[in-house]
Amino acid sequence: MRKLRPPRSAHTTEKQQNRQSNSEFGDAATSLAANPDVTTISIEDPGETPKHHPGPPRSPGREEDDELLGNDDSDKTELLAGQKKSSPFWTFEYYQTFFDVDTYQVFDRIKGSLLPIPGKNFVRLYIRSNPDLYGPFWICATLVFAIAISGNLSNFLIHLGEKTYHYVPEFRKVSIAATIIYAYAWLVPLSLWGFLMWRNSKVMNIVSYSFLEIVCVYGYSLFIYIPTAILWIIPQKAVRWILVMIALGISGSVLAMTFWPAVREDNRRIALATIVTIVLLHMFLSVGCLAYFFDAPEMEHLPTTIATPNQTVAAAKSS
Amino acid sequence: MAEAAESPGDRGRASPRPLMRDLKAVGKKFMHVLYPRKSNTLLRDWDLWGPLILCVTLALMLQRGSADSEKDGGPQFAEVFVIVWFGAVTITLNSKLLGGNISFFQSLCVLGYCILPLTVAMLVCRLVLLAEPGPVNFMVRLFVVIVMFAWSIAASTAFLADSQPPNRKALAVYPVFLFYFVISWMILTFTPQ
Repeated sequence: MRKLRPPRSAHTTEKQQNRQSNSEFGDAATSLAANPDVTTISIEDPGETPKHHPGPPRSPGREEDDELLGNDDSDKTELLAGQKKSSPFWTFEYYQTFFDVDTYQVFDRIKGSLLPIPGKNFVRLYIRSNPDLYGPFWICATLVFAIAISGNLSNFLIHLGEKTYHYVPEFRKVSIAATIIYAYAWLVPLSLWGFLMWRNSKVMNIVSYSFLEIVCVYGYSLFIYIPTAILWIIPQKAVRWILVMIALGISGSVLAMTFWPAVREDNRRIALATIVTIVLLHMFLSVGCLAYFFDAPEMEHLPTTIATPNQTVAAAKSS
Repeated sequence: MAEAAESPGDRGRASPRPLMRDLKAVGKKFMHVLYPRKSNTLLRDWDLWGPLILCVTLALMLQRGSADSEKDGGPQFAEVFVIVWFGAVTITLNSKLLGGNISFFQSLCVLGYCILPLTVAMLVCRLVLLAEPGPVNFMVRLFVVIVMFAWSIAASTAFLADSQPPNRKALAVYPVFLFYFVISWMILTFTPQ
């Protein structure tokens, strides 16, 4: 008589994965690839997101399901979010739940932040109760270095002809940029979350976001500033300000469309003031970075630096 | 790391590893980085001496002199050191959080050893800077740094990419790219006083 195998729960699959990670380098990769089905035989809640499916991207069907689930379903979303993080916060597995994203998911979220579609909420459509910290952290890191390096390059190109200019790498600006950007990416979501929680206690809102979802939206909305910072190297004031407007328009609208459903039940003035504050803070960030890291392109200086070598050459010729 | 070679008679006290053997192990790993092949040596026998030597060398060469303007110069010794080690630790944590199979110190070892091409680039740049400055000088340095940057990325990806689940490889490799890019930038923009 055959003994029935007990159903594998999520706990044993994690243990199995840990055991695999301790084995020899080559074996681990091959065994994981060879037995994907071993780790995924589990009886779990249908709502719980399966963690061990390394299969091909399932985005078309998955997006449809999510659309059906996703409209104003904050109760179920909150419940799912609560169910997911089952490990206590002092274990490593707890933090792994914040990095449970695949490559195609990160790309989808970045794409969503670049193309704001009216009516489609970024959180509902892309984050889907699976907020990740990978995107916000690495987008902010890239942005820090993009701003510092572009600022340095831009200053170098602007002052290129000047005789008194000596190039310096301006390394200190990296730490300043890091402080500003990471502070913005964490403190503004924290205060916004606190504010929304406070308003929730006064006025019953249908839609409410968790702190991590807000951090996620802010992190991904900063992505547009990376190509903007690189394009800010162009030493033309008009070009720079047009770039500021475009970037602010795109990321501001992503943020506004995300947070409008969370405040629209409220007093009209408070709702409008919240959205305006969100967009204003975003604008201060971009304009502040532009002003601090990028020297003003001094248009008047360029003709004189071109003229002086000619004059010296002419003077040398005539003497 | 210690002194005399082991002798079969001294079983009583713990025999220290000879210095030459450790240096040979470090040198062998350098060769594995310079000629990256599918081999487990870097991962199996990890050590952190090589990364430490490379990091100290790089930081010594990159630091600005104390006589310069404190304001806007290049990085200090401590800043380079912190960037390299903090960056390596962050990438390792990122890789493990994404579900990678590699251990913490193995990953630090690989990332540290793969700075070797960039350290070589720094040496070459220092030598090139002794010649007269100009656009040709800059072009040569740019070319050397780009080649060494690509080499570092190729070497570290060869070791690290296999330890990630296949649908997250790009997520784990991108921070490595950023890390070596920042180090390359620091090398390229180094200006002596």
